Amino acid sequence: MKRKLLGLTVGILAVGLIGSIALAEKLLLINGAGATFPYPLYSKWFYEYAKVDEGVNFNYQSIGSGGGIKQIMAQTVDFGASDGALTDEQLKQAPGELFHIPMTAGAVVITYNLPQISERLKFSPDVVADIFLGKIKKWNDIRISKDNPEAGLPNEDIIIAHRSDGSGTTNIFTDYLSSVSGNWKAKVGKGTSVNWPVGLGGKGNEGVTGLVKQSPGAIGYVELAYAVTNNLPYADIENKSGNFITPSIESTTAAVNGKVDSMPADFRVSLVNPDGADAYPISGFTWILVYKNQTDKIKGKKIVKFLRWAITDGQKYSEGLLYAPLPESMVKKIEERIGEINY
Amino acid sequence: MKIKFFDLGFKEAVALLALSVVALTLLLVYNMATYAMPAIQKFGLHFLSTTTWDPVKEIFGALPFIYGTIISSALALLIAVPVSLGIAIYLAELAPAWIREPLSFLIELLAAIPSVVYGLWGIFVLAPFLRQDVQPFLAKYFGFLPLFQGNFYGVGMLTAGIILSIMIIPTISSVSREVFLVVPFSQREAALALGATRWETIRLGVLKYARAGILGAVILGMGRALGETMAVTMVIGNRPEISASLFAPSYTMASVIANEFTEATGDLFLSALIEIGLVLFFVTLVLNIAARALIWQVSGKMKGEIRE
Repeated sequence: MKRKLLGLTVGILAVGLIGSIALAEKLLLINGAGATFPYPLYSKWFYEYAKVDEGVNFNYQSIGSGGGIKQIMAQTVDFGASDGALTDEQLKQAPGELFHIPMTAGAVVITYNLPQISERLKFSPDVVADIFLGKIKKWNDIRISKDNPEAGLPNEDIIIAHRSDGSGTTNIFTDYLSSVSGNWKAKVGKGTSVNWPVGLGGKGNEGVTGLVKQSPGAIGYVELAYAVTNNLPYADIENKSGNFITPSIESTTAAVNGKVDSMPADFRVSLVNPDGADAYPISGFTWILVYKNQTDKIKGKKIVKFLRWAITDGQKYSEGLLYAPLPESMVKKIEERIGEINY
Repeated sequence: MKIKFFDLGFKEAVALLALSVVALTLLLVYNMATYAMPAIQKFGLHFLSTTTWDPVKEIFGALPFIYGTIISSALALLIAVPVSLGIAIYLAELAPAWIREPLSFLIELLAAIPSVVYGLWGIFVLAPFLRQDVQPFLAKYFGFLPLFQGNFYGVGMLTAGIILSIMIIPTISSVSREVFLVVPFSQREAALALGATRWETIRLGVLKYARAGILGAVILGMGRALGETMAVTMVIGNRPEISASLFAPSYTMASVIANEFTEATGDLFLSALIEIGLVLFFVTLVLNIAARALIWQVSGKMKGEIRE
């Protein structure tokens, strides 16, 4: 009996092995690793793209931007993905010329827990910065109520909630605060993890949301997609043109539009505080990182084909998943850049 | 023939297996030290005394994390040890047979709950309860102590200590119960024969006899508390700050590694995180050695006493 079972197992294994070899011959496996933020969109793309090009299979590990950068630098993956652009120093350390290809944009919203207030709160940039610097301590501070005269803000302490884990969301948010407040720039700066002057840290979007929901008077920041799917209240933010803008997919795409004219050739650009009357000011790109000179001819060809598809046809899947599609003007520029990839 | 074959070199083979653990530990320390070298060279011993953790300006100090790890674990033990001993005494000495097995089973089941579940429960149930009811109560009646001052956040050192204590109660109580069960009956009979009451029998006959085993159980619990990551991260507030108040947020070594490792890009940042891992390793080692020494002392003293 035992021997029969053994024979059966070996048989199944052999069939499986042969099967997978046959499959591997048919499918080209392209490995990628990096950012968690665009993961839902990327996996949708890989699923849909499998119908467009049946000869290729993507394997994407959402290990975080930091890990994605490390792996593409070490050339253990075919492409990396990051919510933050690489520094000049990092680019110099890379074994070849690395391209940043913007894939989509995401917004960060300010959420709060004030159950007694039904209208959407409005914040001007200096108020946001001073709240997170710990300078504005009470909800009924004159500077908050100046923008919200009708709200009836309570005499409550503001409890600040921020991400405790390193994240692209924190990078976008601190990038924004650094760009609107010299004080923040000097004291804290921007990064995926920073030394927060005040507040409590929660792990992940869900950790911050947990803290905000559990503490009356709390304020925090999360991704737009997360706030919408979880029905969190979020604030309008005053942009460069002086308009209070509600965060949405449209106002995020408008932010990308506001930066197109001043876009550097390598796309390493921050989207915060853009021009444009309708642009929401707290957003950022997420990039795929690929080498300009691909070593594997077939893989290089397939990656380029996929990237072209993703920034054109693939953009129609963005909105459903609450990512901001790239504007036309931007897509043209990116296509030119993709054309420069050699294989 | 067959038996001889297995006897051949058996001692050497199992010795090798035992030594491989030592080798693995040494390799671990060596690897961590290598990767942590940039931070060790840059900060030296100041790493242990600096209270700033600023990834942007690349200033790294471990003191708030060391403090958070030790205090949260100590708090957990302070709550868990008396409760666990009570549970163990009840189960081993007092409980009727029909309640003993199901209750032991339930308590051991607690140990099987994943820590993220404890964390979620902590953030959505325990933290609001502490903020609304327990913390105002403590501040009102014990607010003269620096321990119970400051804002009520719900999350913080106190919450982390309570969550940890719940997580280590199953370990300490079930090991202690096993220890009590192997205490010879002659111990209890001798105490009873001398006219001891029930409590005196337990105290003199059982607890005293089993103290080395109890300490062993506490060490196991402490080990789990020191290294626990997920549940603590979710309820401690993740703020690298040393505060006298138990209401204030804090941070542990395991939490900061779990939080920041994936997105750490700078070389110095990464090596500082690995150095935190190294420090955690040594803190755990030192505390374990101290506890072990305590057991030796206790069991040494017992030699003069009557044992079976």
